[in-house]
Amino acid sequence: MEPTEHPVENWSEEKIKRRTLLSFGVFTAVGLAGIFGWRRYLTQPANDNGLTATPRKVLTFNENLNEAYFGEHRLAPTYPVSRAAKPARVNGDIGINTDIDLAQWRLEIVHPEGARSEQVALADIKSLPKQDIVFDFKCIEGWDQIMHYGGVRLSDLMQKYNFGTKSDGKTYYKYVGMETPDGAYYVGLDMKSALHPQTLLCYENNDAPLTIPHGAPLRLAIPVKYGVKNLKCVGKIFLSDERPRDYWHENGYEYDAAL
Amino acid sequence: MKIVQQKHPLAIRWFHWLNFPILTIMIWSGLMIYWANDVYRLGWGNMTLIKFFPHSFYEALSLKQRLADGMALHFVFMWLFFLNGFLYVAYTIFSGEWRYLIPGRHAFSEAWQVLLHDLGFNRPFPPQTKYNAAQQIAYTAIIVMGLGSLLTGLAIYKPIQFGWLAFLFGGYNFARILHFALTVGYVLFFIVHIYQVVRAGWNNFQSVVTGFEVKKPVAVPVIQVTEPEPE
Repeated sequence: MEPTEHPVENWSEEKIKRRTLLSFGVFTAVGLAGIFGWRRYLTQPANDNGLTATPRKVLTFNENLNEAYFGEHRLAPTYPVSRAAKPARVNGDIGINTDIDLAQWRLEIVHPEGARSEQVALADIKSLPKQDIVFDFKCIEGWDQIMHYGGVRLSDLMQKYNFGTKSDGKTYYKYVGMETPDGAYYVGLDMKSALHPQTLLCYENNDAPLTIPHGAPLRLAIPVKYGVKNLKCVGKIFLSDERPRDYWHENGYEYDAAL
Repeated sequence: MKIVQQKHPLAIRWFHWLNFPILTIMIWSGLMIYWANDVYRLGWGNMTLIKFFPHSFYEALSLKQRLADGMALHFVFMWLFFLNGFLYVAYTIFSGEWRYLIPGRHAFSEAWQVLLHDLGFNRPFPPQTKYNAAQQIAYTAIIVMGLGSLLTGLAIYKPIQFGWLAFLFGGYNFARILHFALTVGYVLFFIVHIYQVVRAGWNNFQSVVTGFEVKKPVAVPVIQVTEPEPE
């Protein structure tokens, strides 16, 4: 169908002038208001997590939306072992202590109720069913690499040591927190992601025990999150209904870092 | 009295001018994100034609060390980009404006003539309504590209929750390349767009602000009757 032309009218010179002035007046006013609004947006005072109020609110909205949509049945794609990078890339060493005495290491599991805590040896963790995963590790910086990790499901560990749920044994806490032994690096995970079947606590990379730069003796591999959440050298696991502190969240990133 | 034609409805003028700063902020914040892992280049083998981007480029636009800033801006303004684009498309469909926009059957051959004409070859300019065929193709393509940016963006923002989308775009890495390439496309579009707006002149430009265009008076052929000279 051939489009018809827009209507044609007869206007006086004066009317043309008036309408032109009006349009450009509104155009300029809105433009100036836009510039003013943008400057205000940029100059809001920063809060304690590295962002100003408005973007933090919107990011939280995005995260709630993602959490509502999140499906534990949606898995990260996996690859044949042959495609895993050797050696795997190391990025970041916050909380990594090169003098760590691996023999002395214990995983501390803190139960919020009654504040009892448990010290678990690596051998006990290894007694759980071993899982291998070859997945595309995605860094928030933009690079990604196929990596091969071996360990145990976090959900299996939670079941064995009976943590994650409240005293009724059914209701889960909202968050799992993890920290390095020195507390220098720390992450918070929503419970759905912590219970995800691909979320592993790993003691092997490329079938060999983890090296210290890769987070020996035990690190988190959580394919449904960016690399920043894959805490190396886990020292402590705890539970909370409040969001645990999170290193990169405090530095202006989204809390959930979800993929 | 002058002949005036209503050309651009008010809504379309708003969508157009809102999109400009929003897309600028999306590109700027996108570059802050890209800076954190700037691996793309244009070239063959070891030969690099264009490196995305030279050091001075990041300096000039103050893009360095701003990944968190960039992500925050990008994931706030993506909503405005989406909303503005969605409303534009909805308006264009329901108002019937799409009739001026969607290329017709002969659009490509006509656009070729427009291109030759614009390049200075002495070709006749094909008849047109609001937009010529080249404009129709370019403006329709830019809408499709906008949709492409939204979808590839979603695919790389949540590549596991929207795994099927990432798969559709050839995987996480290829979706990232597409997302980047579309942005290069906007910049190229912008350059040609500005050039064409300057060429078309003030009367055309102001119509995107005022909505109307003053028509040139059509030359009316005058029939002169001359008395035959008596023999």
